[in-house]
Amino acid sequence: MRLLTHNMLSSNIKGVINGFPLGIVVEKVIEKPVEMNPDFLKNMFAKIEWKALVDASRSMGYTELPEQADSSMLDSVDFLQRFHHALLELHLEEGALVCPETGRKFPVNKGIPNMLLHEDEV
Amino acid sequence: MAPKNWEYSWGPNCHDLENTGDLSTILRKSCPSNSDRHHRSLRLSAPGFWVLHFAKRNHFPFRPVPLLPSSAAAAVATAAGTHRPAPAQLTSKWRSDRGKGKKEGRIGERDVVPVRVLPPVAGLPETGGILVKGIYELWGEGDSYEELEDVIKNYPDERKLPYLTSESTFRITVDSFGKVISFQEQNERIQSLTYIPFKGRVNLRNPEHKFWLMETDDYGANNGLPPVVKKRIFFGREVGSADRKLLPTYQLKSRTYLGPTAMDAEMAFLMANQAMVKPGKLVYDPFVGTGSILIAAAHFGAMTMGADIDIRVVRDGRGPDCNVWSNFKQYGLPMPIGLLRADNNLPPWRPGLKEVFDAIICDPPYGVRAGGRKSGGRKLLKGVVGPYTVPDDKRTDHIPSTAAYSLVECVHDLLDIAAKMLILNGRLVFFYPVLREDESAENHFPEHPCFILVSASEQILSSRYSRVLLTMVKRGPYTKEIEEAARLKHLEFKENHLKWMEDGNLHSAVFSPGESVCVVEGDTKVSKETKPKYRGKYV
Repeated sequence: MRLLTHNMLSSNIKGVINGFPLGIVVEKVIEKPVEMNPDFLKNMFAKIEWKALVDASRSMGYTELPEQADSSMLDSVDFLQRFHHALLELHLEEGALVCPETGRKFPVNKGIPNMLLHEDEV
Repeated sequence: MAPKNWEYSWGPNCHDLENTGDLSTILRKSCPSNSDRHHRSLRLSAPGFWVLHFAKRNHFPFRPVPLLPSSAAAAVATAAGTHRPAPAQLTSKWRSDRGKGKKEGRIGERDVVPVRVLPPVAGLPETGGILVKGIYELWGEGDSYEELEDVIKNYPDERKLPYLTSESTFRITVDSFGKVISFQEQNERIQSLTYIPFKGRVNLRNPEHKFWLMETDDYGANNGLPPVVKKRIFFGREVGSADRKLLPTYQLKSRTYLGPTAMDAEMAFLMANQAMVKPGKLVYDPFVGTGSILIAAAHFGAMTMGADIDIRVVRDGRGPDCNVWSNFKQYGLPMPIGLLRADNNLPPWRPGLKEVFDAIICDPPYGVRAGGRKSGGRKLLKGVVGPYTVPDDKRTDHIPSTAAYSLVECVHDLLDIAAKMLILNGRLVFFYPVLREDESAENHFPEHPCFILVSASEQILSSRYSRVLLTMVKRGPYTKEIEEAARLKHLEFKENHLKWMEDGNLHSAVFSPGESVCVVEGDTKVSKETKPKYRGKYV
């Protein structure tokens, strides 16, 4: 699971009000190189919750993202590369996503987060 | 009856073209007026007619429409539609054939459709219109070889001679529809063209100019397809041809990981065409399965994301080298940027996330071929009161039960998610099932205030039902009012789900949802408008 996906997900358990961002329990992180597409990054930047991305990348062991970011930084190749790496190249292969409100763990196996709810959470 | 559907395909399409770029505007202006079609002889001798050679007979209703996505292609389709309304008419005729045993014919002629377009579209097939096998500058057409000769002789020299010079190389190919022409007959036909002053050398392998002699014949009914009424011969110069090679490459039989409802490769490409998939776009399939639709999207350069409720499909596949990822690897395509297990009925997207996808393409599970499933809904044992609870010690490896997912609810969820998650002008492309027996009932397709329907193309699956590929464009923002109306609807579905499922079998829930579903009167005007209408009934 890439952090782009993480940035889009929340816990949707019945009754949970603040299900975002999901905490990350890391068992195995892998890096897969992806060709950089600046237009795609610029496009996605506006949709990203920056703080959640920074925190998530830190819990995955990547600390190169600046605390704050604004769209003017997209002109910097250096920034784009870091953003690209954090967003698309870091993978949570094994681990879990944790609901910030209830502590419920959504398992991540073979890179696929299992966001399906149990019967009593629907 | 039937044409109702096709007004959808053609009327709004033209409207849709307003925004597709300059070329289509130029082309539309260049289209002759309607009265032109009465002057057939004038048409035949006028320069600048082009022939589109469509690739496959069994995709009739799809043909003009999948041309639309690129602006150049769109323009051709408009040109075909306005200049010679044949495609629309023939489609209607063809539709009226079905089910009633009528044989009105003529349709076979659509294998070769002369249209008037300008030269810039020569590159059309490369833009993704995979149903077009080739485009040819029409030098002449006729009912007989004598007539063909007259027309070609009258075709202006300045349009012919540049391609007949002594330095050039050329090839003539004879193509026939509906019958086999022997090698000897082909040669005779080519020899008969001596009235065209070819001066160049013949080069069969790699000629500069490729000429085509195409013949359709009256061969009666053919493999259950409507007959071609009369013989027609076309001669033209090839100006573009499609990369049909990608279809054998992607055909399902050579794909490693397949599910029972994997989308046929050609159809998946058509769907991606319809969604205007381009490099750098983000495409989402909420019912990803083995990834067959996203593979087509990835081929056209898109970033892809998929979700499925069945974790065995998305995560495990049939082993390390036989899963969704390996399917992308097999074709050297970039992997999806995200795959997850999620329920389309309760999507786990964070609140506030919207307008992220450029296109949503899917084949929802309607319970026709594969039954749709959603979370929850385990039936309580008789006498048990209170919600179903999972014991704490069993939570970790618990496999949640799923409930059947009815067509109306599935479509409601899909439209709601698409309305929220698509960018403005983003496209939703999906299949929708219709019963074929129900000739009297007009088919109403799902509607949503954020979307306009730009095309509906039917694919017949059996004598009983067919499916329609719907293409919708998001034209309005996803407002708070729409969101609230959708939320109420969602709750209504949830509350009544068990009752509806018990009331009748799944099939009737799929095909006649109007009976068992009651309407909760919306208190706002918007919720009234958003009430989806299916097959003419409010649900």
